[in-house]
Amino acid sequence: MTVELPVLKPADFASDQDVRWCPGCGDYAILAQMKKVMPNLGIPREKIVFISGIGCSSRFPYYMNTYGMHSIHGRAPAVATGLKCVRPDLHVWVITGDGDGLSIGGNHLMHAIRRNLDLNIVLFNNRIYGLTKGQYSPTSPLGKKTKSTPMGAIDNPLHPLSVAIGCECTFVARSIDTEIKHLGEVLTRAAKHPGTSFVEVYQNCHVFNDGAWAYAKERESKADTTLELVHGKPLIFGKNRDKGIRLNGMDPEVVELGKGVSEDDLLFHDEKAPEPSLAYLLSRMRHEDGFPEPIGVFRAVEAPQYDAMINDQVTQATNERGVGDIDKLFASGDTWDVA
Amino acid sequence: MATSAAVEKQVRTLDEATVRFCGDSGDGMQLAGTQFTNTSALVGNDIATFPDFPAEIRAPQGTLAGVSGFQVHFSSKDIYTPGDTVDALVAMNPAALATNLVDLRAGGILIVNSDAFESKGLDQAGYETNPLENDSLKNYRLYPVAMTKLTRAAVDGLELSQKEKDRCRNFFAMGLVFWLYDRPLEPTQRYIDDKFGKKPEIAQANTAALKAGYHYGETVEAINTQYHVPKAKLAPGKYTSIVGNTAVAYGLMAAARLSGKRLFLGAYPITPASSILEELARHKNFDVLTFQAEDEIAAMAATVGAAFAGAMAVTASSGPGIALKGEAMGLAVMTELPMVIVNVQRGGPSTGLPTKTEQADLYQAVFGRNGECPMPVLAASSPADCFDAAQEAWRIAVRYMTPVMLLTDGYIANGSEPWRIPKLSELKKIEIMHPGPSVNGDKFLPYKRDERLARPWALPGTAGLEHRIGGLEKQDITGNVSYDAANHQHMISLRATKVEKVVNDIPPQKLDGPPSGDLLVLSWGGTYGACATAVHNVQAKGKAVTHCHLRWLNPLPKDLGDILKRFKKVVIPELNLGQLRTIIRAKYLIDAVGLNKVQGKPFSVGEVVDKIEALLKGDAKDTEAKAEPIDKKAPAKAVLEKVAHGG
Repeated sequence: MTVELPVLKPADFASDQDVRWCPGCGDYAILAQMKKVMPNLGIPREKIVFISGIGCSSRFPYYMNTYGMHSIHGRAPAVATGLKCVRPDLHVWVITGDGDGLSIGGNHLMHAIRRNLDLNIVLFNNRIYGLTKGQYSPTSPLGKKTKSTPMGAIDNPLHPLSVAIGCECTFVARSIDTEIKHLGEVLTRAAKHPGTSFVEVYQNCHVFNDGAWAYAKERESKADTTLELVHGKPLIFGKNRDKGIRLNGMDPEVVELGKGVSEDDLLFHDEKAPEPSLAYLLSRMRHEDGFPEPIGVFRAVEAPQYDAMINDQVTQATNERGVGDIDKLFASGDTWDVA
Repeated sequence: MATSAAVEKQVRTLDEATVRFCGDSGDGMQLAGTQFTNTSALVGNDIATFPDFPAEIRAPQGTLAGVSGFQVHFSSKDIYTPGDTVDALVAMNPAALATNLVDLRAGGILIVNSDAFESKGLDQAGYETNPLENDSLKNYRLYPVAMTKLTRAAVDGLELSQKEKDRCRNFFAMGLVFWLYDRPLEPTQRYIDDKFGKKPEIAQANTAALKAGYHYGETVEAINTQYHVPKAKLAPGKYTSIVGNTAVAYGLMAAARLSGKRLFLGAYPITPASSILEELARHKNFDVLTFQAEDEIAAMAATVGAAFAGAMAVTASSGPGIALKGEAMGLAVMTELPMVIVNVQRGGPSTGLPTKTEQADLYQAVFGRNGECPMPVLAASSPADCFDAAQEAWRIAVRYMTPVMLLTDGYIANGSEPWRIPKLSELKKIEIMHPGPSVNGDKFLPYKRDERLARPWALPGTAGLEHRIGGLEKQDITGNVSYDAANHQHMISLRATKVEKVVNDIPPQKLDGPPSGDLLVLSWGGTYGACATAVHNVQAKGKAVTHCHLRWLNPLPKDLGDILKRFKKVVIPELNLGQLRTIIRAKYLIDAVGLNKVQGKPFSVGEVVDKIEALLKGDAKDTEAKAEPIDKKAPAKAVLEKVAHGG
């Protein structure tokens, strides 16, 4: 006899709590896509857990009718690690932001990624501290004037995907809050990836950093400022799809198609490349340097997962030595009897 | 065992003896002490040990900073401490002699490796002249033994480097002391075969050195007496010698089994707690998961995650690590998830004295988190007691749905004593209930409480119980986020009351001595042995004094207030500046007196006896234990002066 799983709808994933992000916040779009993605994964709702840290994005678990924990600043990857080690059967998401994930929680993010736990990490990047009302974040550009940097930020920003790739992340992707179809597809792929998937979402904070991603979001400019990655296809972009990325030595360059440059001359995307060099190169392409910023899946490779391995060691030890016998263990080593 | 002594030797029977091995940190003194301990336990003595080693793995050879020691007290009677003074001291070099002689009793046996008393070694130890060649050691029974030469001779012909040969010296020393105290070599022989089975040359050399030391004792005329310490009368049963950190690990494993849980330990290496992580990592076939986290914060956060997942979640650390865990412990209190936090206390503040003992994290345990953040706190009293205390911590954690902190300290973590091995079936089961899937579609209420005020432990994966928890203030019953003023006050009180209710699971306080009188000695944690022995000593002199040793520090036992009122004076000996004293004074408004020591060392029995006797005579001031000379440049000189003055 087979048990039919109830067919769930996005509304089934909405909790009974009022969503309290500012009206117009990019987080609403991400939440909506997440609710749409969930029913299609075929995972029972009770098997899904959202873990977050602190910040606007980290309120996310309260709005999902799944298991969840709104933990403490920066520590969500560590909380999720404990959870996933004990219960590898659960489908675990980590929701974080640029400050939470890359500043106070940078260490945990780095180590969760390098262990390749089967987690889905979504970093909402709005390049500002929103919940504390407008201080610069580790992704704010140099010179950014904020309440805490009245003369401009003087620290170099971090680039989330470069960090993730540097930690040997096995699934790295980027999307944009307003590109809802694309975002849904990326989240779906992240959910299905075995091992750590890391998704950066360009998210607009219209109260404290409005327009930070305007170049990548506006209808007129986005075709020229972003580039949708497709595995096995050449890197082509532009309103008329007449521009591409070519390798010049070790460096990418923007070229115009035609005029002696054919598609075959372009860099072809390979998300399955075992070496992360291509993904890293793509993560270094920045709007400010005249490049379109890639969106989509940068890297998707498979590697052993910590949560599986920690449990495999238990199985292996048990197979080799049998289920541990407490009485035998305590009486091992040198003992003596007192009558 | 060779039994035919070449020289006529006397055998004297003693009730007890204390031996200390000391040498350079590379001399293998911890191993010598451990082997002597295990052998003494195996022949049926009661034992108590005190390993003392520097924070540096290898301080420069021969220096005072690099001296490592291991003290073993073994007895035919019940003992609780490693001994105040030493009956026999083995010093492998001048630095070890200079730093340890102060603890050797007048007339005690002093065995030194005379080969190490050359000019460089003497100079490093601050000796201007060789103490073996003047009469500065005349108050001791001095046996200079050319251990380096004798060891080399014993291993002659084996294919080993000079360095490898010299490394066998500790086995020579062991052999000699084994003879001196009439201990069998077999357990150490077994250890050698086990440890060096794959390096037969090394095994052979160590065996040869061990036997040479033993035979040297048998044959050399200068040492004319052998000592015998008969078996102790311990309760019937099977015993092993156990150190505190192993007992913590075993206690946790037993608790996991008794509650039908997987055991998850999230930890970051830190002295002196690391061996809990190492011990548990060896037992994966007991469904034990050990996660060595990237830092202390992650270790604690992962422990919270594991608790949410439904495991028996544990973290183990020491003061500086506990400080880092503070925020995540707050999350554990707010989410009301059960877990155990072990703090093996060491000398603080900051990095402090990593390898030395102290009890100065009591405030940190009871108060050390932001906000009103109550947590039950208990402390183990001895190495073997760590086993019971670990189970107790988990039992309370799940009964009340709360993190529980277990305090131990460096002294009991590394010290050993005989442990009567219990059968798993003798131990009390730990009941845990998880709510099952929702059947009627009623809304699940994650903060609805039972009569103990514990909330339900609903596990992810249970259909219909989907809920969200977190660090923001919770609305009573629903667990939803709430900023309501009255609700906050209500929840703060609820969490406090819940922890206070733990008192209902604390048995009436035991007293050792009359139920009322002139003086109560109130102690907690690892000072149990020194305080119990001191009280027994004073009682044996016919004086009325009572000992009360606390297991639970938060909450304090129900009847403690009444007990305190029944005594004219209360003295609280602690290895801090008076942290329990402050709590007792605040809670019970009594004028407790302190005996406070912060030298990285446990109390000696004598220090506590002196304080008790002074109080009985009417001197009711707080006192700090006297420290040894701190002039580290010339400790040898200071020691010699002390000796010259009959100290």
